[in-house]
Amino acid sequence: MESVFVKKKDKVNVKYRQKAENKHLIKSLRRREELAGYLFIAPWIIGFVCLMLGPLLFSLYVSFTNYNITSSMEFTGFDNYKRMFTMDHLFWTSLWNTLYYVLFSVPVTTAGAILLAVLLNQRVPGMKWYRTLYYLPAVLSGVAVYLLWMQLLSPSTGLVNTALSWFGIDGPAWLYDPEWTKPALILMKLWSVGGGMLLYLASLQGVPKTMYEAAEIDGAGSLQKFFHITIPMITPVIFFDIVTSLIGGFQIFQEAYVMTENGDGGPVNSLLFYNLHMWNNAFELFNMGYASSMAWVLFVVVMILTMFNLKLGKKWVYYEGGDQK
Amino acid sequence: MNTSMKTTPRYQSRSFRTKIKKVLVSLILLAGSLVILSPVLWMVSTSLKTPGEIAQFPPSFLPDKFQWNNYIEAWNTAPFTRWALNTLFITVCVVIGSVLVNSLVAYGFAKIRFRGKNILFVIVLSTMLIPGFVLLIPQYMLFSKIGWVNTYLPLIVPAFLGNAFFIFLLRQFFMTLPNEMIEAAKIDGANHFQIWWKIAMPLMKPAIITIAIFSFNGAWNDFLGPLLYINDENLYTLQIGLQTFKGTVQTQWHYLMAASVLVLLPVVLIFFFFQKYFIEGANITSGTKG
Repeated sequence: MESVFVKKKDKVNVKYRQKAENKHLIKSLRRREELAGYLFIAPWIIGFVCLMLGPLLFSLYVSFTNYNITSSMEFTGFDNYKRMFTMDHLFWTSLWNTLYYVLFSVPVTTAGAILLAVLLNQRVPGMKWYRTLYYLPAVLSGVAVYLLWMQLLSPSTGLVNTALSWFGIDGPAWLYDPEWTKPALILMKLWSVGGGMLLYLASLQGVPKTMYEAAEIDGAGSLQKFFHITIPMITPVIFFDIVTSLIGGFQIFQEAYVMTENGDGGPVNSLLFYNLHMWNNAFELFNMGYASSMAWVLFVVVMILTMFNLKLGKKWVYYEGGDQK
Repeated sequence: MNTSMKTTPRYQSRSFRTKIKKVLVSLILLAGSLVILSPVLWMVSTSLKTPGEIAQFPPSFLPDKFQWNNYIEAWNTAPFTRWALNTLFITVCVVIGSVLVNSLVAYGFAKIRFRGKNILFVIVLSTMLIPGFVLLIPQYMLFSKIGWVNTYLPLIVPAFLGNAFFIFLLRQFFMTLPNEMIEAAKIDGANHFQIWWKIAMPLMKPAIITIAIFSFNGAWNDFLGPLLYINDENLYTLQIGLQTFKGTVQTQWHYLMAASVLVLLPVVLIFFFFQKYFIEGANITSGTKG
C-alpha cells in the first residue's frame, strides 16, 4: 500500500514538474522571441529617439530662447512667436507663397496623374514604351533638372515660350515675372506627374473587370463608368496621394533655392517659400531660436491640415468590404 | 431571327467605336510623349550647341555642328571627377545601410511576436507624416554639437537607422512569407537572425532591389543634406558641385546642360535597366499586393 502510494505521489510529482518545466520553457522561448523582436527593430528605435523625438523636443525648447549658436541660450518666452506673427512681414509672404503652391500643385498633379493613368491603362500597341516614357521624368530630379527648367523657361529662347509662340501665344517671362514664378514651378512639377501615375495605374489594374461588364449590360457609357466605378474604387489611392503630396508640397525649398540667385526668394520675394525663409534665418543669420519657432509653426500647420484630411477622408474614401484601412 | 438582325449592326458599330477610341488614345499618347520627352531632348541638344547658337533667335532644334567637346570642357572646368567619386561613396554606403537595416526592422515587424509591436508600427507610419524640414534645424544642432559637420556621417548614419517608408514597403513584402516556413526553420534550430538572412532575404530579392534603387536615387539626388553639412569643396557631391558650377560659369548654358546630362545619366541608366522594380514599388504602396 505504502509503495503504491509513493509511486502515485512520484508520478504526480513528475507530471507536475514536467508541466512546470514546459511552462518555463514556453515562457523562456517567448521571452527570447520578444528579445529578438526588440533587437530587430532596435535600429529604428534608436533613429526615432535620436533623430526625431529628441531633436523635436529640443527644438521646441530652443524655440522659446534666443539661441544663435554663438550666444548662450536665454529663455525669452513667446518672443519669437510674437515677432513672427506681428513684426516679420516676410513670414506672412512666405506662408502665403507656400499655401499658394500647395493649393494649386496638389489638385493639378493629382488630377493629372489620374488622367494619365487612365490613358495608360487602355489597350493600344506600344503601351509598354509609353508607360516607360511618361514615368521617366519622375526619376529625374535634383539640381540638373532645375537647371534644365531654367533653360526651358528662358523668356526669349526657351523651349516653352517657343512652343507657345507656335499657337500665337506670347509667353510670360516665367521666372522673372513675380506673377508667373509659382505657376512656373507648378508646370515643372506637372512634368514629373508620372510618379503619381504609377500608383494609380497599379490600383486601376486592381479594379475587377466584372464591375465594368455589369455596368455595360446596364447601358453605362465611358464617362459614367469612370465616375461611378473607376473613381470610387481608387479613392484609397487618391486619398493616400493627397495626404502625402500635401505634406510634400509644404517641403518645397530646393527648386526655389536653386532657381533663384542664392535663394534670395526671386522677384519681389515671389519664390520666398516658408522653408526658404526658415533656412535663411537658421543658416544665414543663425537665428536658431527664431527658426525653430518657425519650424514648430510649420509642424502645427501641416499636422492640422493632415488631421483635417484624415477626418475628411472618412467621408469620401471607399474601402472594399467596408472595413477601415 | 429578329433579335440577331438587330444585334449584328450594333455589334459592328461598337467594334468600330472601340477602334476609333484606340486610334484616338494612341494619338493623344503620342503627342503627350513628345511633350514629356522634349525637355530631355532639349537638354541634350543645348549641351551640344555653341553659346552663339543657344542665344540665337528663333532657337534651332538640332545643333549646327555637334560640339562633343562641351562635355569634356564642362567636366574639366570643375573637379567633377572628385565630386562624382564622393557621391558614389556616399550613395553606396546609403544603399547598403538602407537595404540591411530596413529589411531587418521590417522582418521584426512582420514575423516576430513581441509586446507593443502594433503601437510601435503605428508610430513608424505616423513619422511619415512629419515634414522633414521640421527636423532639419534640430538635427543640424545635434550633428554640429558632436562635430559631424563637414563629414559624411550626417549623410550616411541616418540611413543605418531606418526609414519609415522603406520599412512599410518591406514589411508588406515580408508579410507574404508563409509562417509555416519560419516555424519549420525554427524546429531545425535556426534563430530569427539566421531565418532573416538565409531564408527571407533571398526570397525577397525583388523587394530588396526595389529598396536599393529607391535609396540609390535618393542619395544620388540628395541636395539638402550636402548643402547643409558639407562646406569643403573637396568633399562636395555632384548636386552641390553642380549648384556651385552654376555660379562659376554663370549663363554658359552649353556647359551647364552638358554637366547636367552627365549627372543625370546614372539615374536614367538604372531606370531603363530596372524598370520593373519601380512598378513593384508602386504596386505595394497602392495596396494591390501584399
